[in-house]
Amino acid sequence: MFEIVEKRELAAGIYLTRVKAPRIAHSAQPGQFVIVRADEKGERTPLTIADYDDAEGTVTLVTQAIGVSTRKITAKGVGDSLADVAGPLGRPSDFVNEPLEELRKRHLVFVGGGVGTAPVYPQVKWLAERGVEVDVIVGAKSKDMLIYKEEMAKVATNLYIATDDGSEGFHGLVTALLENLVTEQGKHYDGVVAIGPMIMMKFVTLTAKKLELPCTVSLNALMVDGTGMCGACRVTIAGKTKFTCVDGPEFNAYDVDFDEAMRRQAMYRAQEQHANEHAHKCNCF
Amino acid sequence: MANKIPRVAVREQDPKLRATNFEEVCYGYNEEEAQLEASRCLNCKNPRCVAACPVGINIPAFIERLTKGDNAGAAAVIAKDSSLPSICGRVCPQESQCEGSCILGIKGEPVAIGKLERYVGDWHLEHPESELLQAKESAHRVAVVGSGPSGLACASDLAKMGYDVTVFEALHELGGVLVYGIPEFRLPKQKIVAREIEKVCRLGVKFETDVVVGRTITVDALLDEEGFEAVFIGSGAGLPRFMGIEGENLNGVLSANEFLTRANLMHAYDEEYDTPIYVGRRVVVVGGGNVAMDAVRTAKRLGADAHIVYRRSEKELPARVEEVHHAKEEGIEFRMLTNPTRILGDEKGWVRAINCVQMELGEPDDSGRRSPVEVAGSDFELECDVVIMALGTSPNPLIASTTDALDTTRRGCIVADDEGRTSREGIFAGGDAVTGAATVILAMGAGRKAAAAIDEYIKSKQ
Repeated sequence: MFEIVEKRELAAGIYLTRVKAPRIAHSAQPGQFVIVRADEKGERTPLTIADYDDAEGTVTLVTQAIGVSTRKITAKGVGDSLADVAGPLGRPSDFVNEPLEELRKRHLVFVGGGVGTAPVYPQVKWLAERGVEVDVIVGAKSKDMLIYKEEMAKVATNLYIATDDGSEGFHGLVTALLENLVTEQGKHYDGVVAIGPMIMMKFVTLTAKKLELPCTVSLNALMVDGTGMCGACRVTIAGKTKFTCVDGPEFNAYDVDFDEAMRRQAMYRAQEQHANEHAHKCNCF
Repeated sequence: MANKIPRVAVREQDPKLRATNFEEVCYGYNEEEAQLEASRCLNCKNPRCVAACPVGINIPAFIERLTKGDNAGAAAVIAKDSSLPSICGRVCPQESQCEGSCILGIKGEPVAIGKLERYVGDWHLEHPESELLQAKESAHRVAVVGSGPSGLACASDLAKMGYDVTVFEALHELGGVLVYGIPEFRLPKQKIVAREIEKVCRLGVKFETDVVVGRTITVDALLDEEGFEAVFIGSGAGLPRFMGIEGENLNGVLSANEFLTRANLMHAYDEEYDTPIYVGRRVVVVGGGNVAMDAVRTAKRLGADAHIVYRRSEKELPARVEEVHHAKEEGIEFRMLTNPTRILGDEKGWVRAINCVQMELGEPDDSGRRSPVEVAGSDFELECDVVIMALGTSPNPLIASTTDALDTTRRGCIVADDEGRTSREGIFAGGDAVTGAATVILAMGAGRKAAAAIDEYIKSKQ
């Protein structure tokens, strides 16, 4: 059992849950994720790691309550426990193994969309702690739905906000802001890292291509075990089948078949909808 | 003459009924049936069955105890060589091992050694007080990676020798393939697997779940930071293989591992559990091994019209004979000498059919089996909405790639000698991680050999 030591609502339906998981806190690196099971009957749900603290032995998860499993996870409060937290899974971000002097010469821009902003944070933090300059674009539907703004402002060299309704920062999508920064404001970047909904990552990739910038995305495929055993998370990368959990989750964005990835994400949508309706009927939440 | 008695039939759940539930197919022998069946054994001077058993169980000796009604004695004989008799009695391919070499099988039917082993194992689970071996205290710590057959066998042997053993399991439940892979109807989880694991717990073995060795902690950290003197790697088979044909990433195509993990480990067939499963109306399972049989029979139980598609003939099916027999009784369609060439999708990217070609048997290949050859122009479409690939696995690189100087074969399996010693001092390995996908009994045997080698290694250091 993994005890919850902190719980906050960051925006409507988006929660921060910090759990005691000393082994994971000790091993986690930017780019990795965990698999969480809320209780004995719960699904194994992959969640990105939003932060980790080796000294405290805790791992921070940011979860949007959208289905039965994520609602089960976010319904738990301080003092409650999650049945299982396994990880850190997946390969760390490539930059973790690059020489720092090389990294310091490059200027990356991270694009976080919605709840995908959370896993951007440990990456930017890791780079900032090592003196690497990083710009960050955070996108949300509206000002109320922005998460990790203060935290990100502390570690990013420049933080740019985009909201769909213009209630804060740039009025429009992250892709438009990225293009604006490069073509209008003369920002020079050497690469883009995008984490967010699959559709956002697809369009950020198209924008990066247009701007002739290398691009990395972190895929959030369906998973069961998360250790390579089931193959539910397979994606097509440069025409070859790869497993998101062991070969990813980060891939060269240019190589990703996003349309297939989005279609595969919807594999269990009918069952999920049924489960959601069922859960509402019994007034669990 | 003892051998004039016909083989005692084993009671089974009615095929029609069982094709709709997940309860165990075979009920096993009761005491009377077991004694009668045991009386058929000729107690051969040179028992061929023992030589054919991968772990060399003294089969005539345990059967002889049974004829006298000495169940505890029989259990003690088996315990010398096997730590999981209830499991092996259910899942071993007896027809190609002990029973396949039984003298009685030449003219008639072999002694039902598997069913007798199961009887003894189950009796032992019901009578734990007959435990003969007690754990001793030790300051020497050994880590075991994986709680499947090889890990459990290694851990229990080491505990019996007095070692302080911790087993690290990546999943949330203990048992490895016994829990995520083999279905309830063939190997009951609470009644058998959980109790076999309890036995190992009672020996003082500690278990830690949710630890993915290679990610949560490395093998080197277990040795250098956590104070383990040796590590046994029994991490299992690995990544599911696909055919590499067109349409394999359509919605509705999945690995047998995924399908079975959802059904077994995650209880997807039970409304109480949250994990979804997609069954569809017609399921085609590609492959002919035990995993293919498990998947197709699970699909049938979940209400699908379930088919096996296999590129060789029935004679070459690698699955246990009993499973094939049971599958047929349950109404599984077998399409032999049939090879998929591509999977066809609808406009939304969901499976609608599988395109296959008819095969005929040609010359024997390296494995001695006649290799199938395509019959020209025999293409046909088989309508279905789910395709399950049960084609074996390739090694998981997680541990090898995160452990310094641990040699692997070209295929990616961990290199270990017969005693389980790897290229690294203090690191041992066995089971599917070394051999590639094999059987429970071979994995268990490898775990036990490694336990002996670990004991020798730790003693040699003192």
